[in-house]
Amino acid sequence: MVGITSFGAYIPLFRLGEGTAGWRAGVEKAIASFDEDSITMAAAAAIDCLQGKDRKAVDGLYFATTTAPYLEKQGAAVIAEAVDLRTDILTGDFGNSLRAGTTALRSALDAVKAGSAGQVLVTAADLRVPQPRSEFEPVFGDGAAAVVVGTENVIAEIEASYSLAHEILDLWRPAGELFNRSSEDRFATDEGYSNVLPRAVKGLLEKCGLGPGDFARAVFYGPDARKHRSMAARLGFDAKTQVQDPLYNKIGNTGAAAVFMTLASALEEARPGDRILVASYGDGADAFVLKVTAEIENLPPRRGVKGYLKSKRMLDDYLTYVKWRGLIDMAPPVRRPPLDPPSPAAIFRERDQNIRLYGVQCNRCGCRQYPPQRVCTKCHTRDDFTPVRFSDKRATLFTYSMDSLGPTPDPPLIVCFIDFEGGGRMACTMTDRAVEEVRVGMPLEMSFRKLYTVAGIHNYYWKCVPVRD
Amino acid sequence: MTGIKDRVAVVGMGCTRFGEHWDKSAEDLMVEAAYEACEDAGIDPGDIQAAWLGFNYSLGTARGTMLSHALKLEYIPVTRVENACCTATDAFRNACYAVAAGIYELVLVLGVEKLKDAGVSGLPVSYAPMWGSRVEPPAPAPVQFALAATRYFHHYGLSYEEGKRTLAKIAVKNHRNGSLNPKAHFQKEISLEQAVKAPIIASPLGLFDCCGVSDGAAAAIITTPERARKIRDDYILVKGLGLSCGARQAVLQDDYDMVHFEETVAAARTAYQEAGIKNPREEVDLAIVHDCFTITELLIYEDLGFSPRGGAKEDIDAGFFTLEGGLPVNTDGGLKCFGHPVGASGLRMIYEVYKQIQGKAGARQVKKADIGLTHNLGGWPGHFTCAVAIFGRRD
Repeated sequence: MVGITSFGAYIPLFRLGEGTAGWRAGVEKAIASFDEDSITMAAAAAIDCLQGKDRKAVDGLYFATTTAPYLEKQGAAVIAEAVDLRTDILTGDFGNSLRAGTTALRSALDAVKAGSAGQVLVTAADLRVPQPRSEFEPVFGDGAAAVVVGTENVIAEIEASYSLAHEILDLWRPAGELFNRSSEDRFATDEGYSNVLPRAVKGLLEKCGLGPGDFARAVFYGPDARKHRSMAARLGFDAKTQVQDPLYNKIGNTGAAAVFMTLASALEEARPGDRILVASYGDGADAFVLKVTAEIENLPPRRGVKGYLKSKRMLDDYLTYVKWRGLIDMAPPVRRPPLDPPSPAAIFRERDQNIRLYGVQCNRCGCRQYPPQRVCTKCHTRDDFTPVRFSDKRATLFTYSMDSLGPTPDPPLIVCFIDFEGGGRMACTMTDRAVEEVRVGMPLEMSFRKLYTVAGIHNYYWKCVPVRD
Repeated sequence: MTGIKDRVAVVGMGCTRFGEHWDKSAEDLMVEAAYEACEDAGIDPGDIQAAWLGFNYSLGTARGTMLSHALKLEYIPVTRVENACCTATDAFRNACYAVAAGIYELVLVLGVEKLKDAGVSGLPVSYAPMWGSRVEPPAPAPVQFALAATRYFHHYGLSYEEGKRTLAKIAVKNHRNGSLNPKAHFQKEISLEQAVKAPIIASPLGLFDCCGVSDGAAAAIITTPERARKIRDDYILVKGLGLSCGARQAVLQDDYDMVHFEETVAAARTAYQEAGIKNPREEVDLAIVHDCFTITELLIYEDLGFSPRGGAKEDIDAGFFTLEGGLPVNTDGGLKCFGHPVGASGLRMIYEVYKQIQGKAGARQVKKADIGLTHNLGGWPGHFTCAVAIFGRRD
């Protein structure tokens, strides 16, 4: 049996919505922090997805996004390191279309079916920047979701799939431009979304001899909440009992991750025997029939959409958001010399300690230390260590300072010494925090972030965050 | 090991005013400090047999020739030393060893820093390695030392307000001392309220918790005690020198308490041993220590054995470290008010001890000045270089 063996999600902490000064859209949506991008969010969803799974058993990682931080340089390779997968795996990026996620899913399905991979992790994320006050601004949200496709402990068998290609200029973002462009709405909808998605679903159902009544849940893409609602009727699903809420009024449309996010929601509530329809749209459509198995009840707990949805903080003001997206050029808090670029050779050499967040444990005295050392800080034994992954360890705040003048779009910069559960100390910064909650002893977890971008280098590393429970 | 006690004498010293010398170059500062020292010792710059030069930030060419060129020294050896905030003291220490070894008899040690051309406030420094992966927290000095302040407050159960007031008293004391010093960068007294309410730089440290960033130079002429006796009556003697380098223990070891700096403890142990000091609180008459931040001075009280562990607050409240107290600290205003041209500071401290022992400290002269101590701390918690030097009146 081939199907989905696990799922996970990541929704950034911050929201624009009620209470955000200057936000007029009337909806709530998730927005990535200034130090997040599609790579960091995809890594977070992948980690959520791999709860209770052996990370070293994953044979491939596909990353789907329309907002890749690099045009030339693979995102999946960075994510695979951050998630601490093996290196003898197939990694690939899927992009340029809102259905990149389901296309990656279809490819993973084919790879596993063909026996070329045992388990493939597919993680989708998007951070589309809508033009301020554009029609897209109330709609686009940031987030990520992931699934693993495999043959063992399948929680949802993929019974069938169906795809259509469809060439149309309905929504596009040319290379080198930040904002989306779109054609006239009636044309775009009539000849794009409303034309293609129903045909794909129809094709799939005919292929399997199923009707809308055979599905417990329908997970499908919608450009926005209104169009999503009207599609339900067109496809013949009951909006109340069958259609999975895409949470557009809570998270927003997360682009290439949107269908995965909705699927994760559906799987959180699914019961054995449930059939789920999954259909995505973007320059064509991909559709799948899933059947939930009894294994779903053995899935270890995870945050998922539910967990991340309830852990949130409203952004105080819209200006902060605009600043975080780099849409206005604010003066830095204090005059400082510009950042020097990091050394690619050093980043390469330190990839295990920086991206996998490996420290070491001394085989002689047991002392855990970060970053890895050649000579043990305690017993001075040389080169006799076992690597320890700290990225999944909880920590407590040992001490901190709040730098009012620090180089951050979100002052004050909280610089910390943290102590990991099970031993080990790290100096790092804290993100996604409310200043008033910071105190010695507070519980923390690690989050993969982009420290800064200098000379075209996105320098990824880990920060600590207050535990998101 | 015989130690350095009574084997080297300081016979002349010079120090520029510290501050924002927009109209002076590093060369100007070096010439002023060196000539003052030579005149004080009654020697000609041409008599100098070897020199040690300390500075941290590039003066164009990071070499000993900077000093040769400024003073027109004729082909004598000049060694450039750089060891963070201990630079000048370490240059002094190495020069002492050359004199004690009998290699040279008349040596110039000079520390200089020209910071204010950098165009930024604070130190023009990135704490990341020049070509590293640059993932370390961007934490300039105030941030690093604030880490210790937060932990000290927590460890000893001081509320934020109590902690702030305790630190503020150190700033008030150093401002008062600075107001009595015509060479200090800042010569104004401040009130406790002013210090407590100052804008936050890196919480819990505010503006008055942080030392000045200055231009300046200081110099010493050192020789053997035998030669010193021929030069002047009131030379002073080196009694002990200690230097200690940390190995990032505070970051690598999760049981490191961060309410003390072991590097200070270790450097002081060496210096006390050489000087034969058993009870520093009683035996040291004055100390000029590295108050880059008020919290640093507080920890130094405990690390040097002036106050018991956790007892600094009580001594601060009692005024123990004021000019009139039992052990005056930073009589010249300290880094806080005299200023901190990094590579010159160690020699500026020795300059104050020298003047105090000679009884030439003017309005800030302490009653008893037989044994004086200087202390530098370079780097940040977990990664310090610490220098301690002890001086005494000639026998």
